[in-house]
Amino acid sequence: MQNTSPLNTASMSVSENETLIELKNINKWFGGFHALKDISLTVNKGERIVLCGPSGSGKSTLIRCINHLEAIKDGTITVAGKEMANDAKSIDSIRREVGMVFQSFNLFPHLKIIDNCSLALRRVKGMQRDEAEVIARKYLDRVHILEQADKYPAQLSGGQQQRVAIARALCMEPKVMLFDEPTSALDPEMVKEVLDTMIGLAQDGMTMICVTHEMGFARKVANRVLFMADGQVLEEAAPDEFFSAPKHERAKAFLGEILAHN
Amino acid sequence: MNQLDFGIVIERWDELLHGVALTLALSTAGIVCSLIIGVIGVAMHRTKNPLLQAPVIAFVELIRNTPFLIQLFFLFFALPLLGVRLNPTITAIIALAINGGAYSIEIIRGGVESIPRGQIEAGAALGLSSTQIFRDIVLIPALRAIYPALSSQFILLTLTSSVCSSISASELTHFAQRIESETFRSFEVYFTITGLYLLISWLIMTALSSIGRRHFSYPN
Ligand SMILES: Nc1ncnc2c1ncn2[C@@H]1O[C@H](COP(=O)(O)OP(=O)(O)O)[C@@H](O)[C@H]1O
Ligand SMILES: [Mg+2]
Repeated sequence: MQNTSPLNTASMSVSENETLIELKNINKWFGGFHALKDISLTVNKGERIVLCGPSGSGKSTLIRCINHLEAIKDGTITVAGKEMANDAKSIDSIRREVGMVFQSFNLFPHLKIIDNCSLALRRVKGMQRDEAEVIARKYLDRVHILEQADKYPAQLSGGQQQRVAIARALCMEPKVMLFDEPTSALDPEMVKEVLDTMIGLAQDGMTMICVTHEMGFARKVANRVLFMADGQVLEEAAPDEFFSAPKHERAKAFLGEILAHN
Repeated sequence: MNQLDFGIVIERWDELLHGVALTLALSTAGIVCSLIIGVIGVAMHRTKNPLLQAPVIAFVELIRNTPFLIQLFFLFFALPLLGVRLNPTITAIIALAINGGAYSIEIIRGGVESIPRGQIEAGAALGLSSTQIFRDIVLIPALRAIYPALSSQFILLTLTSSVCSSISASELTHFAQRIESETFRSFEVYFTITGLYLLISWLIMTALSSIGRRHFSYPN
């Protein structure tokens, strides 16, 4: 797919001492089901984390806690110095710092591409339409899809829709981007355009947490790979180390399956 | 009375056309108000706040399980007891709005429930409030999903407006009854207004589909 040599641009340096996200002893229950078991994780500014593991292991749940799409039972979540409380004000202020891209794109079908991107700028940041559209166009251009600005989502291919979804999140100028299997719903020929967009973001220094099984992407972009199973992080390693010599039995089995399918 | 005589209908054609215009106005007012009630009702129901939800549920149950004629009489005879005096036509609009509103709540709620959760989550992740999510993200696709059902409901409302003749609201059936009682030409009069109601339905249907094409026809 893409070449797998790690990126080594100077701009990709990680500030070791600037913590952007801190999860401390997170526990999440769905009724009687313990979905996240005492997870702690620190992400520094500029870091790119890849989260992988079998289906149902809690990857989506974990990243969805970061912007409070899921509420946690106990533990603390701090994003850009703000600790999450259970009130709308605190949740809103954290959501301003966090962009999210979903597996199923979730573009708004009744809005043109440009309006998909400018809606939140107008509603959340209170911008005028023309001011918002300037920003929307800037990010649509950045994901190389500006020429589709006046179309509706259904008129775009899956890969194009996902790039619009990335632009829509970037418009809010978040400090961190969360990706939940952004290429899993795509036809194979469209995976590359989305991964290339994400690689571009990484090169520009964006802090990212990506749930993905794209190992080429992980090798090229990630600082750390986290392997999850049964609501726990079982292994955490640099990508080369993780892919060539996984330590945990579950990780070995998982990688075996992924390789068998590629 | 054995001979058909449509002369009387032609003689009072002005009056009948005036009736058509009034029924169109009454129905349009009823439709607009019931749409507003429907959207506000669904927005209240969606909050999951029992203080806002319970009145909506009670309202829908009450209206959908009682006859329209009784609702109309209730408003017409009960409101004056409360010191509110309204002319029959205004009372008719309120009754149509309330009745149509209750059915609209049920229909629109179905549309809202058909919106994928991911759409709402995408809005939330962008920082939109739940009111903004409802208004800017959910409402249009929800109305689109149930637009045919809502349109049928609005045609039904239009036809139901003839019941408002029983409180002497100014509309087509009331005018027809007056002409009939003055001329005794029952068949000719009701034959004619049957045709006029067909025309009214067709006009409302045409207006609804042109609104549909304009506002709910994005590619899917
Ligand atoms: N809303 C929910 N209600 C109940 N159980 C859920 C819900 N969301 C996720 N789960 C369960 O939590 C576990 C983790 O889910 P998820 O985070 O989606 O896994 P992954 O993304 O790793 O595939 C699964 O067993 C799933 O069935
Ligand atoms: Mg998942």
